[in-house]
Parts: sequence; structure tokens; C-alpha cells
Amino acid sequence: MTDFYDITGLLTEEQRMIRDTVRNFVTSEVLPIIEEHNQAMTFPMELIPKIGALGLLGPTLPEKYGCAGLDSIAYGLINQELERGDSSIRSFSSVQSSLVMYPIFAYGNEEQRMKWLPRLASGNAVGCFGLTEPDHGSDPGGMVTMAKKVSGGYNLNGAKMWITNGTISDVAVVWAKVDSDDSKSIRGFLVEKGMKGFTAPEMKGKYSLRASVTSELVFQDVFVPEENMLPNVQGLKGPLGCLTQARYGISWGAVGAAIACYESSVEYAKSRIQFGKPIASFQLVQAKLAEMLTEITKAQLLCLRLGQLKNEGKMKPAHVSMAKRNNVAMALDIARVARDIHGANGILGEYPIMRHMANLESVKTYEGTHDIHTLVLGQEITGIAAYE
Amino acid sequence: MKIIVCVSHVPDTTTKINLGADGKNIDPAGVKFILNPYDEFAVEEALKLREKNTGEVIAISVGSDAAKEAIRQALAMGADKGILVKGEKSDSFSVAEMLAEAIKPIGADLILLGKQSIDFDGMEMAPMLSELLDLPAATVVVGLAIEGTNVTAEKEVEGGKEIISLSLPCIISAQKGLNDPRYPSLPNIMKAKSKPIEEISGSPASGRTSIIKMDKPEKKRVNKIIKAEGNPQGAAIELVKLLHEEAKVL
Repeated sequence: MTDFYDITGLLTEEQRMIRDTVRNFVTSEVLPIIEEHNQAMTFPMELIPKIGALGLLGPTLPEKYGCAGLDSIAYGLINQELERGDSSIRSFSSVQSSLVMYPIFAYGNEEQRMKWLPRLASGNAVGCFGLTEPDHGSDPGGMVTMAKKVSGGYNLNGAKMWITNGTISDVAVVWAKVDSDDSKSIRGFLVEKGMKGFTAPEMKGKYSLRASVTSELVFQDVFVPEENMLPNVQGLKGPLGCLTQARYGISWGAVGAAIACYESSVEYAKSRIQFGKPIASFQLVQAKLAEMLTEITKAQLLCLRLGQLKNEGKMKPAHVSMAKRNNVAMALDIARVARDIHGANGILGEYPIMRHMANLESVKTYEGTHDIHTLVLGQEITGIAAYE
Repeated sequence: MKIIVCVSHVPDTTTKINLGADGKNIDPAGVKFILNPYDEFAVEEALKLREKNTGEVIAISVGSDAAKEAIRQALAMGADKGILVKGEKSDSFSVAEMLAEAIKPIGADLILLGKQSIDFDGMEMAPMLSELLDLPAATVVVGLAIEGTNVTAEKEVEGGKEIISLSLPCIISAQKGLNDPRYPSLPNIMKAKSKPIEEISGSPASGRTSIIKMDKPEKKRVNKIIKAEGNPQGAAIELVKLLHEEAKVL
């Protein structure tokens, strides 16, 4: 496994065991089936109970909710290993952990936590996160989904788009603007499968994240009872707080995809013979491999330090923006160069390259586009928000 | 039911091995060690038996502090406690002696272990323990059923299978196929941290064999390309000749 600077040596025994366990799981359970699902554009539903039993869902939350209580570096390593398999699997787990279980834990009350967290942790329930709308992506504050106060709850109308896990979800954490006499703020609602007027059609025809379910969420006069509103947060900081958690995981995940492309490239370059010798003996190929390893190592160190800051409670959203922005772009660049090294074979499903490359195109613009993260850093440096 | 599982800490099969300066050992620097894969079958079987009959699963290993990692892995899978016998592993017999000495006072109903460790591949441990502890053993087992004290073990033999009957207490060595070892769940990995590992000193055993020298395989497989330009017939003849005389597959 690619670890040029012995980052393993900086991990605790538990962190190493967790990484190796997830790595073995991905090698045995994900890699043999993922290409078939990618081609067929299906999510491997059979993995959900296994992922739950392993404890990969909401792993940083406390044991009382059926979770493992891990630190942030262990959580990062889980994401790295899952995305070495496929961004779709990492997306499934990121969404469930950081965008569904985290807000229920952080913004929900104890009844909501006890009702949902154990089921979501075991994989007996699946969740999704509805923030982005067809016309509001980078600017989520412009959302038009409305929750009108009615007797005993809220009447929800609107639509969300690009929602991972939507169609297969039992619960959706939906952000909507409240329309009542005393409030117009953004609030989170737990919208349950089967609620009248709620549908979640799957989006078809993707060239990316093909082994992931991507959906629309449509709300037509959906009555959401009062007790399904998340009581402990108001405003855009609610969903943005979740996204910081998820982006943190993506920063690590991208490294996993890059490692998969790099390792395949090394192996291919050493075994592919042209002009009577392995292509690994040519300077142009060696330069590509040296660049890949350098970028991966830098990204690994960025992740590790980010994890330390998160563990110490010192991590700022702009720290995460830097890592997400850098690491995803790095992984996408590596996937493209890996495609060159693999020649024509690079486009085949037999190798993981094109699958990772296509996936990373989504990862680059979801959870805050590359450009928006650039502007977040710009704002951090200058104090001036260029996107407002 | 008190079950002991003997676990070994071995180099990962995918790791790159280099020889130490004395040429009699591998250089452990940079080598990733894992729980011996055959021992994983033994741990899984022990956990299944405990889940069915209640009781206790104790993972035991001989070696240095590093071997605690293998014990910790067994604890993360679900074993209740660990024992590390600290001692110099000079050969299989010395390990067997130290294991037997540690196992004897525990009074286990069942001793499980992998059929072999993938480092030295001796396949000697179960028969040696059987002699030293004076207990019946069934080796290379792919099926196990226990009713009261009656044990039925199944092993694969050339062209068929063999069913062996023995009684508790006994020793069983596990072969691939016995079960499907569980992954240690992340909550269990965290819990393993607080499970006890008792450390005892093994009597320094002299061993009965010694390694004179270790060598790496001389050369890796080489690929050969036969150029066919202008003379495909000659190339085909050359290929058949090489397959017949060098590769010896024809």
C-alpha cells in the first residue's frame, strides 16, 4: 500500500487496525463486484448490511447509539479505504454518516436520535440529505423549498436534486425555509419514506458515480409533524455544518481513489512491454509516476494534519476547503495521467482508472465545487467574500 | 466451554521480504505483520462455539511484544482475553513447549489453531501440542460438530473426505473452508483495547532444529518475447520448442 512517508507510523494501533479491516473488506467485498454494478448503473444493495455490521456508518458517534465512537483520523481512514474501492460506496457511507446521522445527532433531540441512529448505524435504515435544488447549488440560501406552518406541523412544498441515496432512503434530512408568523429561517426536517406527497425518483443517464443512487426529492403538500423538525439549529449554518463533516471525509476519500489509480499504473507500467522493455523504464513514464507519488504523499500529510486539527477541535471550514479542493483535483489529475499510462487499456472496465476518473468528476463539484472552495480560501485570506 | 485459540503473528503475504544481516532470519524492518490467516478460521470457529454454548475464548501467542498485535486482532474479532508467552522462538518445538506449558494449567475444553502458520509452513504445531499435552488431535479440519463431549471432525483427503471422531478435551487445527471468518467490527476494535492481555514468561527452550541459512529465490520469472518479423513459421517452432524444453508444459 502506498505510504511513502510512513504515515502508518503516526497512527495508533486502533487506527491501523481500522484502516486494515476496511481495506480487507474493500478488497474482498467491493472490488470483485463494483465494476459490474458500475456498468449496470446499480448500487450494490447487498453491501449495506455488511457495511452496517462492520460499523462503518456514523462511526464517530457514541456507543449508546450503536456506533463505534471513533476519532476523526480513523473516520478519515475509513473514507480513504472505501474510495479506493469506489467513490459511490464512499458517497453512500459519507451521506449516511456525515449528512444524516451527524445532523440527527448534533441538531436532533434524544427521541429523534434513539428512533433513527441505531437503525441507521446497523444499515437497517438508509438516509439522505436534501439541500441542493435544481436552481440552487452553490447558493443554497436561495432555496425555494418551503415549510408552511400548519396545525401540528408543517406543510412542505418544493424539490431537491442530486440527492445521493434518495430513492433507497427511509429518512431524508430536508432543509427548507419556514413560513410562519414568527420565523422565516432555514430549518431541518426528517421526512420519512411513505409520507403522503413525498416521492424520490431516481436520476438516470449518469456517466459518473454510476454505482450510486442519485435522486430527486419531490414534496407536494407533504405534512411533516412538529416532532420531525430538528430542534437545535436554525439557518444555513445547520446544513453547512453537516457539509464540513462530509467534505472532511471526501478529502481523505480522494486520496484512496488516487492510490488505486497510482498502484494500477505502477503495476501496469512494469508489466507492459514496448520496444522490448517495460514502459516503466522510459523517463516519461517514470516522471509521471514520480509526480503521482509526490502528490499523493502531500495529500496524505494534508489529511493527517487536518485530522489532528479536527480531533483537537481546531479545524476551521476553510481548512477543510483547502484539503477537499486540493485532494480531489489531485486525484482527478492522477486518474487522467493513469489513463495515459494504461494506454488503450485505460478505458476498459478491467482496470479501475476510467471508473475513478468519471467518479471524481462528480466529487470535484459536489459538496462545494472546486471553484467555491477556492473562493472560501480567498475569503479566508483577504476577509472579502467574492461569491456574495 | 473454555476454548483456547493459538494465534501466530506472521508477515503479510503481499509484503516484500528481505533477509537479515545474519542470513538466518528475515529483516522485520518495513514488513507488515498480520494474524496468520489459518488462525482466523480457528478464532472464528471458537467464537461460533462460544455463541452457541457460552463460555470463554482465550487467544494465546508466543513471541515478543509485537505478537500482541495478533492477539489484539483475535480480541477485536471477539475473543475474551489474551495471553502472551514471551519467549525466544528458536523452532517449532520450542514454541510448542512454551504453548503447552501455558495451556496446561488453564484446563481448556478445546484448543483450536490454524493448520499452519504462513511464515515457516511447518504444519507441526497441532501434532506437537497433541503429544505434549497428551490430548487427541484432528488436523486440517474443514468441518466441526460438537455434541456434549463428542467431537466429529471432517477433513478433505485425496478424492474424498474423512470423518474423525474424538472427544473433548482435544486439539483441532483449522483448514480453509471450515468457516468464513468475520471482520472485526469497528466497535469491537475499540473494545479490544480494554480487554486484558496477560503476559507470562516462557521457559527458554533450546529447540531441536536450527536454521543454517536462508536464501531468496534466485530469479523471478522472466518474460520472453519471440520476434516473428518476416518469419512467423520459425517463431512458432521456437515457441513450441521453448514450451517443451524450458517451460515443460508440452
